[in-house]
Amino acid sequence: MKRKNDRKPGELRPIVAKVGVIPRADGSALFSMGRTTAIAAVYGPREMHPKRMQSADSAVLKTIYSMAPFSTSERVRPGPSRRSYEICKVTRQALEPAVFLEEFPKAGIYLFINIIEADAGTRTAGINAASLALADAGIPMRDLVTAAAAGKVGNDYFLDLEGKEEDETICDLPIAYMHNEKKVTLMQMDGDISPKDAKGVMDAAIKGCEIIYDIQKKALMEKWGYKKPQAKAAARAEPKKTAEPKKPAETGEKAKTKKAAPKKSTKKEVKK
Amino acid sequence: MIVQKDHYRNLMLKGMRADGRKPDEYRKIDVEVNPIYKAEGSARVRIGETDVIAGVKIDIGTPFPDKLDEGILMVNAEFSPIASPDFEPGPPREEAIELARVIDRGIRESKTIDGKKLCIEKGEKVWMVMVDVHIINHDGNLIDAAGLASIVALHNAKMPEYDGEKVIYDKKVKKLPVNYKPVPVSLNKMGDHLFVDACIEEEEVAEARLTVTTKDDGNIVAIQKGGPEPLSAEEIEKAFEIAGRISKDLRKLVK
Repeated sequence: MKRKNDRKPGELRPIVAKVGVIPRADGSALFSMGRTTAIAAVYGPREMHPKRMQSADSAVLKTIYSMAPFSTSERVRPGPSRRSYEICKVTRQALEPAVFLEEFPKAGIYLFINIIEADAGTRTAGINAASLALADAGIPMRDLVTAAAAGKVGNDYFLDLEGKEEDETICDLPIAYMHNEKKVTLMQMDGDISPKDAKGVMDAAIKGCEIIYDIQKKALMEKWGYKKPQAKAAARAEPKKTAEPKKPAETGEKAKTKKAAPKKSTKKEVKK
Repeated sequence: MIVQKDHYRNLMLKGMRADGRKPDEYRKIDVEVNPIYKAEGSARVRIGETDVIAGVKIDIGTPFPDKLDEGILMVNAEFSPIASPDFEPGPPREEAIELARVIDRGIRESKTIDGKKLCIEKGEKVWMVMVDVHIINHDGNLIDAAGLASIVALHNAKMPEYDGEKVIYDKKVKKLPVNYKPVPVSLNKMGDHLFVDACIEEEEVAEARLTVTTKDDGNIVAIQKGGPEPLSAEEIEKAFEIAGRISKDLRKLVK
């Protein structure tokens, strides 16, 4: 079967990845693939409310995924749905292995993912945006988490299914992947497929993740990477404005020093 | 409690289990067919001390606008506070929603229920098949138990009579058309080992979970990863193999 816009089976839709799209947030990112667009914002680490949700030995990654009512052809009813509850859970579990949550006991890291336009693959776009936003917030991470979905249409393994293809595919298999550790942190599948094909589709999705990893890295470099002296001074002034005034209000002295350190570590991660 | 958890963790790291089972061995499974008289179909499944009831209710409803000539399948799970000290009253939690959606996906994607056969009047009236899972006692591996109970309940469900105005539940006319037997198998990872049918203590310490639902011809119809840690591609492949093998035995329990 032929794909829209002459896309090859292993080709992703055009991707836009941008970091720091919401100045008020501690970290934010936009990630769009074709007509699917996700915006993620990170607030924190800050005090966790309600208190009973706190964890004594690590931070809690509070994840909220929501779709804008106008994001699909049929209006999405605002508020949580069963689908969004499930996606919140799998997204959180996809990201948790990559974040050094143990650095911030009792704190909460608030991650909000908004899908403003949906054309299949919203959970993978959401994870890609979220992982960028976490890195942008300077939260120490082991790895960037990338996500991509693949499916089988006819005899081909199609990467990054879009709207119509999702109806034709035999299966839809989203994956989240940690590039450096070569580990899968999210895996779901619906469809009807032999184990051999399931493996093939999984490999196709992992290949997609690896392409997205480079795009994510580039997006982070655009904001945080080394720039020529004049440009660098301007870039430095910007993030500092937003980062500084918030700290004292949150978790006091301790958070301040901790927060300064992570920024370096994320940058290092990215440069490599 | 910490000592107990360490005990389970240390055993699992060696590929052993506290109750002496092999990694790919289930606890004793007990399937009771149609224990609930009023339901159209029901099943009670006990795996070890885990105890769940699935009930099927059938009613008339309006079809979804994108599938005007197809019946409706709904799967819902309730983690009632009677089952565990960790369950609280109130709206379903994430785990309950995940469980229901994984089971729903297995039944839906395998086309176990032929939606077209449940259409009464296109665009107006279709049969709605509602599967509700109640957890009676939680001792781990809820997804497998609930999945097995749901599929047994569906296979034993009878359609009520419809006289054109209302549904007469006292008269059960024919069997609900059901094609396949998709059963979920959940694997828990610890160190280099994968375990089926984890009890609650094993579930609590396990690093990751992968639920693989397979249908009669060995095809996979649903996958869901859970648990805090990641999995490697090799582990996932191994899980496919184990799930495919084990599900054959589980399917024999569906009558």
